[in-house]
Amino acid sequence: MSSRLTKGLILIVIVGLLAGSLVAASCGGKLSGTITESGSTTVQPLAQALGEEFHKKHSDVQVSVAGGGSGAGITQVNDGIVDIGAASRELTSSDPPLVKHILARDGIAIITKPSNPVTGLTEAQVVDIFSGAITNWNAVGGPDHGITVYVREETSGTRGAFQELVMGSAKITSKAIIQISSVAIRQAIAGDSYGIGFESMAYVNETIKALDINGIAATQANVKNETYPIVRPLYFLTKTQPTGVVKDFIDFCQGSEGQKIVADNGYIAIS
Amino acid sequence: MRFRYLIDRTSKVVVLVFALLALVILAAIAAYNLKAALPAFRQAGVLHMLFGTEWSLTNKEFGLLPMILGSLMVTAGALIFAVPLGVACAILLAEVAPTRVRQFLRPAVDLLAGIPSVVFGLVGLVIIVPFIRDFGGPGYSLAAGIIVLTVMILPTIVSISEDSIRAVPKSYREGALALGATQWQTIWRVLLPSARSGIMASVVLGMGRAIGEAMAMIMVLGNSPVIPKSLLSPASTMAGTIAADAPEASGVQRSALFAISVVLFLLIIIINGIALVILRRGSRAQNVC
Repeated sequence: MSSRLTKGLILIVIVGLLAGSLVAASCGGKLSGTITESGSTTVQPLAQALGEEFHKKHSDVQVSVAGGGSGAGITQVNDGIVDIGAASRELTSSDPPLVKHILARDGIAIITKPSNPVTGLTEAQVVDIFSGAITNWNAVGGPDHGITVYVREETSGTRGAFQELVMGSAKITSKAIIQISSVAIRQAIAGDSYGIGFESMAYVNETIKALDINGIAATQANVKNETYPIVRPLYFLTKTQPTGVVKDFIDFCQGSEGQKIVADNGYIAIS
Repeated sequence: MRFRYLIDRTSKVVVLVFALLALVILAAIAAYNLKAALPAFRQAGVLHMLFGTEWSLTNKEFGLLPMILGSLMVTAGALIFAVPLGVACAILLAEVAPTRVRQFLRPAVDLLAGIPSVVFGLVGLVIIVPFIRDFGGPGYSLAAGIIVLTVMILPTIVSISEDSIRAVPKSYREGALALGATQWQTIWRVLLPSARSGIMASVVLGMGRAIGEAMAMIMVLGNSPVIPKSLLSPASTMAGTIAADAPEASGVQRSALFAISVVLFLLIIIINGIALVILRRGSRAQNVC
């Protein structure tokens, strides 16, 4: 009798806990008026600025912005975890089918510490350096010292765009140091006199310098007039055609007010 | 009367349920990891993954050897420094230091144990990496990882070892001293062997923290998927690679990360198993009189 009582009580408690957790899980619905975004760290400050401006105009809507990289953005919007995924590269055949909303264009700058005497490289030299074929700065007109290559993690959209636009079929050297966000790359290069890396042009500030590529300076103007060779699209992605508050937000971002914010933040507006 | 009986029964049941729940959750996590890792194992083959030297998600190369070796080397390096330092500090706190010093130092050590890993990573990034860069290489290196990890596991080893040494019965100390032993002889030949299982436990705990450390290692190791040839060479760890590459679109690439997770799981089980065996042998040899 007592052992049956024990078994009965155990069963009741376990069933109770399972039922409770099921109820709790189904109560996680989205509040109306909240837009969740995640993904590319390149797009992140832009999304933050756009979200704040949108909130100022529609105070009942909250836009929450997160990073994680383009890979994360694509996965999370496809899994339904966020409303909008941000990517800083073209979608490929291995990505799930998503609806693309172009936000801006962005140049990728090849960056070094300002104290580095090298001011420009050809695309071929960039490929050789990042693939490990050239390992000393003196091969490209710099001091006699080894080159430390810095790259983003493999799921980064910036890295994906760099691979596709610059490296092509050449592989990035496995000796490269991996840093996991745009800010981390900038800080690493700013601290290493013999480092080289790539970065969204909008992230270039006074702590690093962008090299000329094929003689073209890395400026917004040159991206706009399409002479600078390394440019990629910045996308907001949604799983299906957006409706409601999400559609309003994306229309805002692609409209004249949103595009002004794009330009103010250092990216190229879609014309 | 029956009420007291009911309370007794119910509390036994609730405790049992929670214990079972913990086991169920652990089993569920292990099972999910294994299931999610299968596509990668099927595509690349288990042996090729364990001993392959190329790791690249974009090129679908799933060789885990560089990061397995990276994890083992950085953990071993940290233990080589942290265990002697930690046990020495524990001896100091338990046997040698005056009470007032101990009252100050012990809480400080406990506080160190509670500092989040990111803080250690940040300090490593800002101070240790540039320091190592002066010796050659990019600074992001095995050496930087070992230094950071040593500091991280030191408090764990110190606090648990110290507790073990203090727990040795006074009669042991008194007996040794009565037989004419010096304080050092007492410590070295009587107290440390008696506290052996506790010290081993602290080392195992420290090792567990070291091998699972992701955030701090991402910040100072450089995460290059190469087998480190020297202390100044960059390296990668299993936990670090999972954390750095975790959000991933393609199915088989995410599956590869789960595969790393499975290997990490297995490695921890093996290491803990070895430690348990050593512990059991140690306590069997010890005859408490």
